[in-house]
Amino acid sequence: MPKTITIDPVTRIEGHAKITIQLDDSGAVADAHFHVTQLRGFEKFCEGRPFQEMPSLMARICGICPVSHLVASAKACDALLAVRIPETAAHLREVLNLAQIAQSHALSFFYLSSPDLLLGMDADPAQRHLFGVAQAQPQLARDGIRLRQMGQQIIEMLGGKRIHPAWVVPGGVNEPLTADKRDAIRAFVPEGIAIMERTLAWYRGVLDSYAEEIEAFSALKTLFMGLINRQGQLEMYDGVIRIVDSERQIIADGLAPENYASFIGEAVEKWSFLKSPFYRPMGYPDGTYRVGPLARLSLVDSMGTPRADEALGFFRTLNWNSAFHYHYARLIEILYCFEKIDRLLNEPDILSSRVRALAAPNSTEGIGVSEAPRGTLIHHYTIDDNGLITRANLIIATGHNNLAMDRSVYEVARRYIDGTKLTEGMLNRVEAVIRAFDPCLSCSTHAVGQMPLQLQLIAPDGTVVDEIRR
Amino acid sequence: MSRVLTLKINGEEMTGRERETILEVAQEHNIPIPRLCQLDGLSTVGACRLCLVEVAGAPKLLPACTTYVTEGMEINTNSERLQNYRRMIIEMLFTEGNHICSVCVSNGHCELQSLAMKIGIDHIHLPYLYPKRGVDASHERFAFDANRCVLCTRCVRVCDEIEGAHTWDVSGRGIESRVITDLNQPWGEAESCTSCGKCVQACPTGALFIKGSAVGEMTKRSEFLSLIAQRREDNRR
Repeated sequence: MPKTITIDPVTRIEGHAKITIQLDDSGAVADAHFHVTQLRGFEKFCEGRPFQEMPSLMARICGICPVSHLVASAKACDALLAVRIPETAAHLREVLNLAQIAQSHALSFFYLSSPDLLLGMDADPAQRHLFGVAQAQPQLARDGIRLRQMGQQIIEMLGGKRIHPAWVVPGGVNEPLTADKRDAIRAFVPEGIAIMERTLAWYRGVLDSYAEEIEAFSALKTLFMGLINRQGQLEMYDGVIRIVDSERQIIADGLAPENYASFIGEAVEKWSFLKSPFYRPMGYPDGTYRVGPLARLSLVDSMGTPRADEALGFFRTLNWNSAFHYHYARLIEILYCFEKIDRLLNEPDILSSRVRALAAPNSTEGIGVSEAPRGTLIHHYTIDDNGLITRANLIIATGHNNLAMDRSVYEVARRYIDGTKLTEGMLNRVEAVIRAFDPCLSCSTHAVGQMPLQLQLIAPDGTVVDEIRR
Repeated sequence: MSRVLTLKINGEEMTGRERETILEVAQEHNIPIPRLCQLDGLSTVGACRLCLVEVAGAPKLLPACTTYVTEGMEINTNSERLQNYRRMIIEMLFTEGNHICSVCVSNGHCELQSLAMKIGIDHIHLPYLYPKRGVDASHERFAFDANRCVLCTRCVRVCDEIEGAHTWDVSGRGIESRVITDLNQPWGEAESCTSCGKCVQACPTGALFIKGSAVGEMTKRSEFLSLIAQRREDNRR
């Protein structure tokens, strides 16, 4: 008899989602889906508001990566003003974005995924959380907490507060950087780099024990999309879009981000509130692509900073199609963030007081694109003659990955789930592939290990055949 | 020279002058009384009811901004009853409009927000009305967000009394009341408006603001209003 297994909610991710796995008569996986079960409505309720409100309003989409929305939104507003913002302002915004990426990646790796990686996929769920990690390997937990602290403190020093700073405004930022703050931020860099080199070394050591999962997570092959700079290096703030295939061959290069609608389509599927973007030239669903750390590292020619480039060398020896390596890519990016922050703060004009271009709206349409921790982030606004928003379209990093996550769930379920005897470890692997993408499904994150995981075997008539509770 | 009167505020003996309001005497003695509609330099209307005080012998609460002190008056400015009323008034102001501090141009510099904090409001116990109100951004330099308007009528008075343009007025009654420009036209089309911006500076919240301000950037200054009023008074003499 066909059955459906439901994992609801998916734990240790940001936001609410559930997974359903449909079994056929023999207990084998027939299909599986990743459902995003929440609706936020930001694109709708911002209509009629002054566009200058957008950076702060859109930042409320997320409490973990508010800076990414601030930056992409402010860039879209710059386009409405039709100004080129002062270079110092662009550098300062980039530092803010890098600090944000570092702390968000630290949250994903150390808080949400390291329990699986350190304690094992089959470990007791009651121990499989950050506190379990802290018991087993205190230094690893301490490092994760410290990285987040450093990232958040950099954001606070620049923007005035850790979450939802209002410092980034249309046209630039509203206050220049002081020498004291620059020096205080730079003082974090050596420690950040030391933590990352330590973590990378440890992680390379444990990779072998996950050979099976790495292989299982690589069944899905997709395109990769992300921003690069003119030298083909990693770019988190500006730049152009590159798309490569699963063999890392360039499919499209130098795409102007503001033309996104010409190459990205957005499909709607009935199983999810999240839209399913795809690469238009290849159609739906063949144009499935991935964004985020794995994609960025797969498509760049180099990182552009010495230590990160060295780490990239090892990454190139891995199977970049495996979603498992999102973790390793994420760690390299944290290293890159610290190196790049240091370089930007060393720019001679970083303390300049020219940090804002003042203008009235000069264009009725504005598109802002930057890299968020989870991938390319697109904000697109149109305004009326008075500067009030008439339409907003957002493609969030996690949205780009929606199709890929949905198919990954299916591939991993097919590999691990045996419907005749359910184990908790099997289901954790299905969740783990989602965690590798680090989806941010809302502005909220849930306490580690506190969320109940409910697994149900449901018969076609709706009766619950079997149930496991975590 | 006006006569000196003796009175008690919160049990303390003090002096005031004839034709001085309770609010003025309290201000002189650093006794805080909350208010939103009163602004130095403008006429008083006693509309917001936040400055209500207890006066011994009076059968009802009296607004401190419009009640003159009298000889031997005994006033309580901060009883539990008054605190409760003030909390209720502020809560009702929040529920009647759409006040989203986090994305407001006046966040951190808002009289309504700081009053709420001072009074210790951490929850709203009344249901929100979520009225559908728009933003009038038709003026070249300023914008009006009706969602944040508390109907204090400072804009109406400053425009009429100080600028002399009387662009702003109030239309409707009760919960339908709202401030309008000229004959309920978009602000940008209001011919009487001189674009002086005094209404923006007088507004206690982010309802009136300078266009282009980002979140938290709208700081206001209204001290100059009483200076202008005083100079006009001096010139008349």
